[in-house]
Amino acid sequence: MIAPAELEHIAEQLKTRFAFDVFLDVTAVDWPDQPLRFQVVHHFYSTAHTVRVRLSMRVSEAEPVVPTLRPLYGSAGYMERECHDMYGIQFAGNDDLRPILLYEGFEGHPLRKDYPKQFEQPLVPYRF
Amino acid sequence: MYGKPLPVVSATRDPAGTFEYLTTKKDELVGWARKFSLFPYPFVTACCAMEFMAVSGSAYDTDRFGAALPRFSPRQADLLMIVGTVTQKQAPILRKVYEQMCEPKWVMAFGVCATSGGFYQNYASLPGIDKIIPVDIYIPGCPPRPEMVIDGIIKLQEIIANGKHRILNDTF
Repeated sequence: MIAPAELEHIAEQLKTRFAFDVFLDVTAVDWPDQPLRFQVVHHFYSTAHTVRVRLSMRVSEAEPVVPTLRPLYGSAGYMERECHDMYGIQFAGNDDLRPILLYEGFEGHPLRKDYPKQFEQPLVPYRF
Repeated sequence: MYGKPLPVVSATRDPAGTFEYLTTKKDELVGWARKFSLFPYPFVTACCAMEFMAVSGSAYDTDRFGAALPRFSPRQADLLMIVGTVTQKQAPILRKVYEQMCEPKWVMAFGVCATSGGFYQNYASLPGIDKIIPVDIYIPGCPPRPEMVIDGIIKLQEIIANGKHRILNDTF
């Protein structure tokens, strides 16, 4: 568990000093009842040492911002876009947070606990 | 129904046993021709594709029903087979493919996801393709057995054989 402000430094240390060369994933967990609602989780992998590392940090619903890791890991851009789609996490410094799995015009973030389970937002009008 | 002869009534027979001319009903003749020449366009999106391959392969062989040759352009196809889950994001593509097909055209919902959405009842999936395009035959099952698919094709052939076949219409 780390603070969001430490993320860039720790990730840089992981990459340069400890050879964590693969950025596996960034995702989030929604804890609707807790004051810091979102838990953002980063996964790294080292092909030299075959070890995984998980970094976890908490952000609030009012300001769900963590720094981007795109300058360090190019592949982070796609996963940050997905995380932004599904949970509405903002990645400060990533200026390309277009929808990647969802589509333009989709309102809300479907993996948040308060998204209605069966709420559909059709692109083609239904016939009935 | 495959035992039924060509829906043609002979008028006269010359001594050699060949027909000079035949009389029949236009709808029956055209329907008979069309039901054995279904050119499917497989709109294959998910795991039902495995079952589609099985039913197209030699063990079950949809070629026996004249529905074997997939056309990979919707303009050359007259049977749209939606095989698998269709997401909301794919719905405009499916709608466009359907509109690009020339008349006459039929639509088959292959598998429970295409039929009703199946167990996907969420933000991402279309709850049945009949929400956006008309469907002629539904084949439920997750995935459907090849026998069910063949049964569906035969039922669709019955629909075609018993249907009206307009040679000319208002838009042609």
